[in-house]
Amino acid sequence: MNTIPGYLRQAGTALRFLLLATVVLGLIYPLVIFGIGQAVVPFQANGSIVKDAAGRPAASALIAQVSADSAGTQSPLWFHARPSAAKWDPGASTASNLGPNDPKLLDAVKANRAAIAAEEGVKESDVPADAVTASGSGLDPQISVAYARLQVPRVAKAHGLSPEAVQAMVDRRTVTGLEAFLGQPSVNVTELNLDVAAAAPSTAIPSK
Amino acid sequence: MVFSIASFVTQVAILLLLLVLVHKPLGVYLARVFEGKKSTRVERWFYRLAGVDPGTEQSWSIYLRSVLVFSAVSILVVFLLQRLQGVLPGNNSLPGVDPWTAMNTAISFATNTNWQTYTPEATMGVFAQMCLLAVQNFLSAAVGIVVVVALIRGIARTKTDRLGNFWVDLARTSFRVLLPMAALAAIVMVIGGVVQNFWSTEVLNQATGVTQTIPGGPVASQEAIKILGTNGGGYFNANSAHPFENPNVFISLFQVFLILLIPSALPYAYGRMVGDQRQGYTVVGVMGTLWLTSTMLMGWAVASAEGTATAAAGGLGEGFEQRFGAAQSSIFATATTLTSTGAINVAHDSLPPLAGGVAMVNMMLGEVAPGGTGSGLYGLLILAIVSVFIAGLMVGRTPEFLGKKIGPREMKLTAMYILVTPVVVLATAGITVLLPDAMANAPASGPHQFSEVLYAFTSGANNNGSAFGGITTSGPYLSIMMSLAMLLGRYLPIVLVLALAGSLAKQPRIPASSGTVPTHGWLFGSLLLGVTVIMTALSYFPALSLGPLAEGLLK
Repeated sequence: MNTIPGYLRQAGTALRFLLLATVVLGLIYPLVIFGIGQAVVPFQANGSIVKDAAGRPAASALIAQVSADSAGTQSPLWFHARPSAAKWDPGASTASNLGPNDPKLLDAVKANRAAIAAEEGVKESDVPADAVTASGSGLDPQISVAYARLQVPRVAKAHGLSPEAVQAMVDRRTVTGLEAFLGQPSVNVTELNLDVAAAAPSTAIPSK
Repeated sequence: MVFSIASFVTQVAILLLLLVLVHKPLGVYLARVFEGKKSTRVERWFYRLAGVDPGTEQSWSIYLRSVLVFSAVSILVVFLLQRLQGVLPGNNSLPGVDPWTAMNTAISFATNTNWQTYTPEATMGVFAQMCLLAVQNFLSAAVGIVVVVALIRGIARTKTDRLGNFWVDLARTSFRVLLPMAALAAIVMVIGGVVQNFWSTEVLNQATGVTQTIPGGPVASQEAIKILGTNGGGYFNANSAHPFENPNVFISLFQVFLILLIPSALPYAYGRMVGDQRQGYTVVGVMGTLWLTSTMLMGWAVASAEGTATAAAGGLGEGFEQRFGAAQSSIFATATTLTSTGAINVAHDSLPPLAGGVAMVNMMLGEVAPGGTGSGLYGLLILAIVSVFIAGLMVGRTPEFLGKKIGPREMKLTAMYILVTPVVVLATAGITVLLPDAMANAPASGPHQFSEVLYAFTSGANNNGSAFGGITTSGPYLSIMMSLAMLLGRYLPIVLVLALAGSLAKQPRIPASSGTVPTHGWLFGSLLLGVTVIMTALSYFPALSLGPLAEGLLK
C-alpha cells in the first residue's frame, strides 16, 4: 500500500474531503449563524451600532470613537478614551506590544501622565493607570470610573452643563453588578459622549 | 487596573464547577462517537463523494499516511488560494497574499498553531477567513483529536494492527463533535455582541464630526471554532482583545470555558474507551492540578505589576482591556497557553516579566494541562509512559502501561517524543539569536528581546500561536524558521504517537501482577506531575533564565 499510487489516491481523497468539508464548515455553517444572528439579534450581529436622534448610525457602542487631531491629541470638548496604539482606527486594531520595562513605554506613560494632569488641572499622582496606558485592542471604548470622574469638570464646562448633570451621565454609563464584579467598574466613553452631545446640542461643532 | 482577588477566585470556581459538570456527559458522548459503528445517511453520502470506504480500518502506517497527506493537501490548497485572493470573489479588494505570509499562514492554520504573521484587517478577505482559515480551524482541531483516538485504540485493543479509519474519525469529529458545539457557541457569542455579518458600517457622529468605518464579517462563527478547537487565530489583529471578538467579561469567561472544554472531557472518553475510568480521572486530575497551580502563579505574577513602565503608569493597564480587568485576563492568559489555543485578550508582550515567563512555561510543559484538542491528552499519555518507565526502574520490573509492555521500541518512540519539541524550540531560537539581521525583527532590548524570540519559537513548535507581539515574523527568514518549527513540532510527535499506537495495539494484554505499577491513583498522579514538571525544567531552565527570569528577578 505504501506506494506512489497509494499516496496519489489518498491525495485525491484528501482533496475531495477538504472540498466537501469546506462547503459544510466554510459556507453552510457561517451562513446559518448569519441567518440566526440577523433574525434574532440584528443589533449585536451588526456591530452594536447606536443611532443619533435623527436615526442615523452614529457609532458602535463597542468601539472607541475619538475626536483627535493628526498628532493624536484628543479634543478637550469630550471625554477622552484610553491611549491607542491603533490611533482609534477601527480597521487597524493593535496593542503597543511594548515590554513592561521598555524605555519607549516608560517615556510614553510619563508624557501621557503630564499631559493629562495639565489638561484636567490635577496632580500627576491622581491620574489613573488606564488613562496613561494603551489598550490591548487600541479600540477599548471604556475607561475607569476614576478617569471619568477626573474629566467631568472639563467636559461640563466645555458644554455649559452643570458638573452634577455630567456626573449623572457618567453614573448612568457605569457598568455595575456582576459585570463590574467579574470585570471591573468601567464607563463607556463612546456612549457617554453621545449622551453629552444630546444634552448640549448647541455646542456641537461641525467637522473641520 | 485593579486585580480583584474576589473576582479571580469566583471565576476559577465557576470554571471548575462548569467543567466538572460537563466533562462526564461530553466524555461519554465523545467515546460513543469514536466507538460507534454506524454512519448516518448524510455521512454515507459524504463518504461516497469523498471516495472513502468507511468499513475498512487502517494500520498505523496507513493512518499516519492519511494524516500527513491530508495535512499536506490542506497546506497546499490554503497556500494557493491565498496567493490567488486577488482574482477570487470575497477578497474585500485585497490583493493576493505575499508568498512568505501565505506559506506561513497555511502551515500555521493546518498545524493548529494559528500564528499570525499577517494583520488580518489588511491581508485577508472574507473568503480567505471563512472558507480557508475557519475551515482549517475545524479540521486541524479534528486531526489532533483523531490522533489521540488512534493512540487510545492502540492501548485498548490487543493483537491487531488496525487502529481505525482516519477519514471516518475525521468526519465524525468534525461533524458530530465540533460543528454542533461551535454552532451553539457561535449563537451565544452573537447574542453577547460578537459580530456576524458581511458588511462594514459607516458611522458619523454629528456632534464631533467624526466618521468611522465599523468593520464586519462572519466573526462569531469563526470565533467559536477558534476557541473551541484551541486554534487561536483571530479575525482581527487584536484577537480576543478586540471588542468585536470578545465584547464583555461574560463572553471572555465563556471563551476560557470553551478553550478548556474538549481537552478536559477527552480524559473521560479515554477512561471509558480503555474500560477503566480511574485512568481518565488520574489524567484529568494531573491536568487540573497543573492548570490550577499555573493559574494561581499567573495571577500572582500579574498582580505583582512589576516593570518600570508599569510602575510609572501606577499599575497594570498597558495591553489590558478595561472591560475584562486583570483577573479575567490572567485566567485567559493561562488557559490559552496551557492549551494550544494562543488567542489573547491581553497583550502578552506587555505583561509583567514573570507573567510572560509563566505563559512560556505553560507552553513548554508541552501544553498538557489540559492541552490542545487531542494533542494535550496524547502529550500527557506519553508522559505517563515515561513515568511508568521511571517507576519500573525503581522497582526493577519491565514497565507496563495498562497491560502493555513498554519495551525498547516503545521507550525509544516515547523518548524521541519528549526530545523533539525542546530540540526544535531551542535550535530554532538559538540559531535566530546568532543572526543580527533576524534579531532586528524583535525590537525590544536586553532580556526582553531574547524573550520575544524564545516566546515565538516556543509558541510555534508547541503549536500555540500566541506571541510577544513586538516581534515581526513576516520576512523570509523568520517566516521559514517559524514554519519549520510549526511543522516539526506538529508532525514529528504525531508520527511517534501513531507508531507507538501501532506497536501497543499488536501486543496481548498482560494480566496485572503484584509487581505492576498501577497507573491510577494519588501515587501515580503525583509521579506523573513530577515527571512533567522536571522534564520541562531540565529542558528549558537555561533559556528561561536568560529571558523572563533575568528580566523579572534582576532589577
